[in-house]
Amino acid sequence: MTQGFSPSRRGFIVGGATLGAGLALGLDIPGGPRGALAEEGAPEVNAWVVVRPDDAVVIRIARSEMGQGTLTGLAQLVAEELECAWENVTTEYPTPGQNLSRKRVWGDFATGGSRGIRGSQEYVRKGGATAREMLIQAAANQWEVPAGEIQAERGLLIHAPSGQVTTFGKVAEAASKLKPPADVALKDPSEWKIAGKSLLRLDTAEKTDGSMVYGIDVKLPGLLNAAIKDCPVFGGRLKSFDETKIAGLPGSPRAVKVGDSAVAVVADSWWRAKKALDALPIVWDEGPNASVSSESIAAFLAEGLDDAAPAGVGNKVGDAKAAIAGAKKVVESVYSYPYQNHAAMEPLNATALYTPERCEVWTGTQNGEAAFAAVVAASGLPPEKCDVHKHILGGGFGRRGFTDYVTQAVLVAKQFPDTPVKLLWSREEDMQHGKYHPITQCKLTGAFDENNQLTALRIRLSGQSITASIRPEAIKDGFDPGALQGLAATGDAALGYDFPNLLVEHAMRNPPVPPGFWRGVNINHNAIYLESFIDELAHEAGADPYAFRRSLMGKHPKQRAVLDAVAERIGWKAAPPKGVFRGLASFMGFGSYVAAAAEISVSEGNRIKIHRIVAATDPGTAVNPAQIERQIAGSFVYGLSALFYGGITLQDGRVAQANFDTYDSMRIKDMPKVEAIVMPSGGFWGGVGEPTICVAAPAVLNAFFAATGQRIRHVPLKNGNVAFV
Amino acid sequence: MVALNVNGRQAEVDVEPDTPLLWAIRENIGLTGTKYGCGIGQCGACTVHVDGAAVRSCGVTVADVTGKNIVTIEALAENGAPHRLQQAWIDHDVPQCGYCQSGMLMAAAALLKDKPKPTDRDIDAAIGNICRCGTFQQARAAIHAAAEA
Repeated sequence: MTQGFSPSRRGFIVGGATLGAGLALGLDIPGGPRGALAEEGAPEVNAWVVVRPDDAVVIRIARSEMGQGTLTGLAQLVAEELECAWENVTTEYPTPGQNLSRKRVWGDFATGGSRGIRGSQEYVRKGGATAREMLIQAAANQWEVPAGEIQAERGLLIHAPSGQVTTFGKVAEAASKLKPPADVALKDPSEWKIAGKSLLRLDTAEKTDGSMVYGIDVKLPGLLNAAIKDCPVFGGRLKSFDETKIAGLPGSPRAVKVGDSAVAVVADSWWRAKKALDALPIVWDEGPNASVSSESIAAFLAEGLDDAAPAGVGNKVGDAKAAIAGAKKVVESVYSYPYQNHAAMEPLNATALYTPERCEVWTGTQNGEAAFAAVVAASGLPPEKCDVHKHILGGGFGRRGFTDYVTQAVLVAKQFPDTPVKLLWSREEDMQHGKYHPITQCKLTGAFDENNQLTALRIRLSGQSITASIRPEAIKDGFDPGALQGLAATGDAALGYDFPNLLVEHAMRNPPVPPGFWRGVNINHNAIYLESFIDELAHEAGADPYAFRRSLMGKHPKQRAVLDAVAERIGWKAAPPKGVFRGLASFMGFGSYVAAAAEISVSEGNRIKIHRIVAATDPGTAVNPAQIERQIAGSFVYGLSALFYGGITLQDGRVAQANFDTYDSMRIKDMPKVEAIVMPSGGFWGGVGEPTICVAAPAVLNAFFAATGQRIRHVPLKNGNVAFV
Repeated sequence: MVALNVNGRQAEVDVEPDTPLLWAIRENIGLTGTKYGCGIGQCGACTVHVDGAAVRSCGVTVADVTGKNIVTIEALAENGAPHRLQQAWIDHDVPQCGYCQSGMLMAAAALLKDKPKPTDRDIDAAIGNICRCGTFQQARAAIHAAAEA
């Protein structure tokens, strides 16, 4: 059903008449481009809504769809307020260039931090409501009746007193010429008929017959293909390459320098470009990081766990150090979490067409405007001569929020003016030039008094800051509170427990490996650390892990509610089946409260079978419960793949993993049954794409302890020879 | 030039004989529903049917499959109607990002040809595809539903 991804429309863009010329309308934009009608003569009621004469409704989606269902959810929110018929809805992406030319009428394009819906829900709903009011007013004008007497319902406009009925399509053109109302009221979610319902996604059919055009599938006349190799050592540079050695190979390959550190080979097909690249002699200047290894990084981080090293305080209650010093019993453990790669199924790619007059890019990106800025910068052209055409992403997980591959594509295309060039990374390039989940270690210390009551918790995180890498100017006082995500006193990733004394610190240590936002970000490691250690403390206290957690959650009713929900569903109060053991975890992230309970069995001491997962999420407001369930179930695949199989390691300054043979991922045989409990408590909007991943690993690790008495504190499990059955 | 029979049509493609079938399908024949995921036969995104069997097209060369019947996701539907797996995929809302789904569908279609009523174990053994979004639970349900259809 998704419209706007069809080859014909792409052809239209490529034909030189940019869609922007047709779409950059904006009667509602003072000083904007001339008022006109959208493509194919369909009137744009406002920036979010186009209604065609045949009543087809096109809803504009600014955020990116990468599998998380945001496209469908946002369309539901607009359609709900618009009062159109859902079966008439299709969607399209405006381009970042259009957004710029219309003074960012579509707002932020960034799709990360589980903000796709919660970050734009209010203004997209207003967009739908405003369009509805304009359609009503147009009908009122036509019939010369008060607008207040007209009802909008399933794409119809009904004037009950006179019995007159018309359709959105019939009045859309007149509506598009009206001044939008200054303010509109939004429905309470309790009144929703389209939003809040488990509707099927809008983008499924093309994903089952091969017709969905991802960035990797873009076809343009005269297209050349580029394969690329960046210096294998981070921070290294390209010294030289010998193009004469690939002359005469099939496909007329040409080798070109890309930035300071990479070389690309361009040929008629990607396979020929890749073969020629593999044959190209390249000399690297490996730079200062050629001796970095996982061992050297681990030693560097371990120093940060020591009190003597500088650290910043992210959360503090009472005096934990004093309480620990005066404790009857102290429990201390050190945990670690490795680098992880996103490994989206669609390897990174972008297609660029550069002429001295214009630069256009076709790509899957989580941040259309950042990609646009990258095109402007790399092309050297003014913004009005650039644009980015977004495609559905073959996975993002945070990696496609970065624009390195877009920049590279433009830098290559500039060397082949007037010729479109598709740059595609090999899986090996994708694995070795990631923006990795940051690496950390953590020392946790718990103190008990003479009555075996917990008196203090100290959490000292040592490791990498994403902010320090991408926005160093935002780092204050030498540490990154963001690295302590999920352990904060307040906010959308707040600690769900109260401790009599608490100290949470970050010793920021940044190895020379580029970190990035990896689905779930810093709650992934922090949830493993805290939720495993809470289990350790419960064990030391001789308490049931569920009861122990609850005893610390008195002031956190929403957190406690999701924990209660999974405990009840898994049947915590009754014994598990013979040979089956249970573990719990709960955490908050991205504005939502999540919890998980796992049931596993262990054979031969180290073979894990996960029989059942129960996972609860309170996202405040649920726009499409069925899609939330899928995000929850999928989170166990992403989170447990990282736990069992993941881990990016460094050797001689290089990433040691190259492909899925050394960085494996769960298959269907490993997939546990996941029972999702979606329990929106109302009054807030939390994210759903990311929060659950963080409870997947600790729930299983705690169950492993229950089964074996062994506490696993280091990820991935493959290093300890622990694996799926 | 190498001759290939893809989706019932003969095609002459200008590639070296050691070119992986995947790239001939995508770049020369222009059928992009078959996806590149790893290039080493690990992920299954490039799965097609060769003489009815599920094959990872990155791991065979065009020379290997000359004269054989190759079917891609674009021809899984027959007579214009979606294959029952495709319908089950739609009914169960299986895809998330969708990128791996062509390969998973082709693997599942080969399984159903072999075992019309597969057990969970049969599915575990036959579907070794990687899906980073984690659609396995829905995919399993859809395979069972298609088997009953």
